[in-house]
Amino acid sequence: MSLKILVPIKRVVDYAVKIRVKGDKSGVETANVKMSMNPFDEIAVEEAIRIKEKGLAKEIVAVSMGPKTAQESIRTSIAMGADKGIHVETSAELQPLSVAKLLKELVDKEKPNLIILGKQAIDDDCNQTAQMLAGLLNWPQATFASKVDIKDDKVHVTREIDGGLETLSMKLPAVISCDLRLNEPRYAKLQNIMKSKKAELKVETPEGLKVDITSNLKTISVEEPPKRSGGAKVENVEKVVEALKKHALI
Amino acid sequence: MMIKNGLNKCLQKKFIVNNKLFYSSQAKPTRDSSYAIINNNDIEHFKTILDSHSIITDASEIDGFNQDWMKKYKGNSNLVLKPKTTDQVSKILKYCNDKKIAVVPQGGNTGMVGGSVPVHDEIILSLSNMSKIEKFDPVTGVVVCQAGTVLETIDSYLSPMGYTVPLDLGAKGSCQIGGNVSTNAGGLRLLRYGSLHGNVLGVEAVLADGTILDCLSTLRKDNTGYDLKQLFIGSEGTLGIITKVAMITPPKPTSVNVGLFACQDFNQVKTVLSRAKSQLGDILSAFEFMDRPCIDLVLKHQQVQDPFDEKSPFYILLETSGFNETHDSEKLNSFLESIMAENLIIDGSLATDSKNISAFWKLRESITESLGKEGAVYKYDLSLPIEQFYSIVELMRAKFNDKANVVGFGHVGDGNLHLNISTPKKPYSKEIFDMIEPFVYQYTSEHRGSISAEHGVGLMKPDFLHYSKSNNSINLMKSIKNTMDPNNILNPYKVLPK
Repeated sequence: MSLKILVPIKRVVDYAVKIRVKGDKSGVETANVKMSMNPFDEIAVEEAIRIKEKGLAKEIVAVSMGPKTAQESIRTSIAMGADKGIHVETSAELQPLSVAKLLKELVDKEKPNLIILGKQAIDDDCNQTAQMLAGLLNWPQATFASKVDIKDDKVHVTREIDGGLETLSMKLPAVISCDLRLNEPRYAKLQNIMKSKKAELKVETPEGLKVDITSNLKTISVEEPPKRSGGAKVENVEKVVEALKKHALI
Repeated sequence: MMIKNGLNKCLQKKFIVNNKLFYSSQAKPTRDSSYAIINNNDIEHFKTILDSHSIITDASEIDGFNQDWMKKYKGNSNLVLKPKTTDQVSKILKYCNDKKIAVVPQGGNTGMVGGSVPVHDEIILSLSNMSKIEKFDPVTGVVVCQAGTVLETIDSYLSPMGYTVPLDLGAKGSCQIGGNVSTNAGGLRLLRYGSLHGNVLGVEAVLADGTILDCLSTLRKDNTGYDLKQLFIGSEGTLGIITKVAMITPPKPTSVNVGLFACQDFNQVKTVLSRAKSQLGDILSAFEFMDRPCIDLVLKHQQVQDPFDEKSPFYILLETSGFNETHDSEKLNSFLESIMAENLIIDGSLATDSKNISAFWKLRESITESLGKEGAVYKYDLSLPIEQFYSIVELMRAKFNDKANVVGFGHVGDGNLHLNISTPKKPYSKEIFDMIEPFVYQYTSEHRGSISAEHGVGLMKPDFLHYSKSNNSINLMKSIKNTMDPNNILNPYKVLPK
């Protein structure tokens, strides 16, 4: 069996960056902020490479959407071991449904038989794209994979659920979304990093793919969580009780 | 052959001076009986200076102050004082000086040479309650804070304003700026920002007799008379107690990359270093090396993965920091292309996201902690010429054979080697000490290195100071000490030989 795997990835604000809200409250500040590949997507890339290394896949295609800088993340996945990259270039903000629609068009063109992606992106935490994509394609899906096994023409996916492990079996083609414990992504080798910088990427646009990306959602305001007001030291237990009563906590 | 002769010569010499060096790093000097033993009257007096929370007399509470973090040095003080103001420090010292009570100043107690714990019953003067950041000038980047401020606290304070501290060490979460300054701590970014002798613009210190010395200049340039603040930088609290520090801080870099490379031999490490300096120039911010046994230790004790498929004898961690990603990556790319094209490395990887950057740093930064988990560790912090830099590790490894795990790592970009000899699951032993000292010091001295690059002298090395400093220098140090602390109450038994 020789699979073609499509791995959609998202470029997000690096997890270590302290998030700041834009002055006009229209969103989160991303100018001059460190960006990285969504960690769950990195796990998806790693899993695809492991499947290929087992001789079960012949090609891995990494896809990302957004401004030109999204290409950095595609190159990172090529450095790790993906074979080629597709960039859907747009400056518009994409909602999961638009992303799923765009991916569907790409699937029709590229004809992969397995799609592996992160269960969610750490910026908006939507956790929708995989499910929507599977719905649009009418493919079986297994979300939150912590183990993936491919045997014959079936994929066995283990998921961590309340009270234990659940193993699903699906026929290919299929969609898998990855959980944190699926694997530990490798470090890209320097030679491959250098090569990936010169790799040629295929560039598409939403218009070219004939997908309407108009959002059905409108952001009214983005606010920071309320700041914690300072605590106070008290002298003794009586004062603690008194303070708790005063603030109606007991 | 030369090395072997050196070894023999050294062993012979050891017998001659055996009496003097017998216990070297381990044994305590005897208590100087001229120091007063504190009594209730003294404690009553301190109660007039400090509030009751700031005086600790409970033995179990004092325990943590008496012992260093490696559990290598232990004193038996029965009094800890925690002043909040310079004035209180002054009053305490004046009293101690009049009564001839010995005092050991203590910051975060993260030192490597036993400098911050009492040897006998010295009063422990903890600066922990003096942790206020007093001033920051967002134009000049000069920050003024009290000595007990934790390094990481200063960094978190500066960070939102776009500045960072000019030094970074593994202990940043607990070490205090006063301790950093009085030990002239080096660390990971010395290569980029230079030593504290340059970054500290001013200090306020209290002298042994209680005099408050205000050298708290915030000026970059000030050539008026002797630069007295330098006396307190690196003198390990033997000349005065630093109570405030004014320090220049650099803008916080916004673009950071970390490369990890594997090398075949130490020559490759050297060549990559000189390449990095000439090709990366201003964006090079760290150049660290570690040998394979270090990596093995870290893999054993930490949650990290082996960075490459194949094991290699040497690893380099290189960091670039700058303010323009495009500019930095262009420079970095041409550097990486050239070291790969010329086969100066056998493997490598590059981290641009925080997750991998911290994973790479963890390989380097958790060596000390991992060694600590093994058992007794004999730590040597040497400055050596680059030619002899790694030879000492090989020499010691041959000497110990299977008896100990000899590892080498450190700030190769600054010529600073951390030679660590670890005997897993065993306590510190004289036999091991005798195999190391004074040989390591002798070797360092022969090659005009320093027997303490950044850890200081403390209690561990006064008797070995002569390996790095001439008699004339040591005599001048003694007379400075005598002038500034005639009763010798400040951090006694340390730094200077008897």
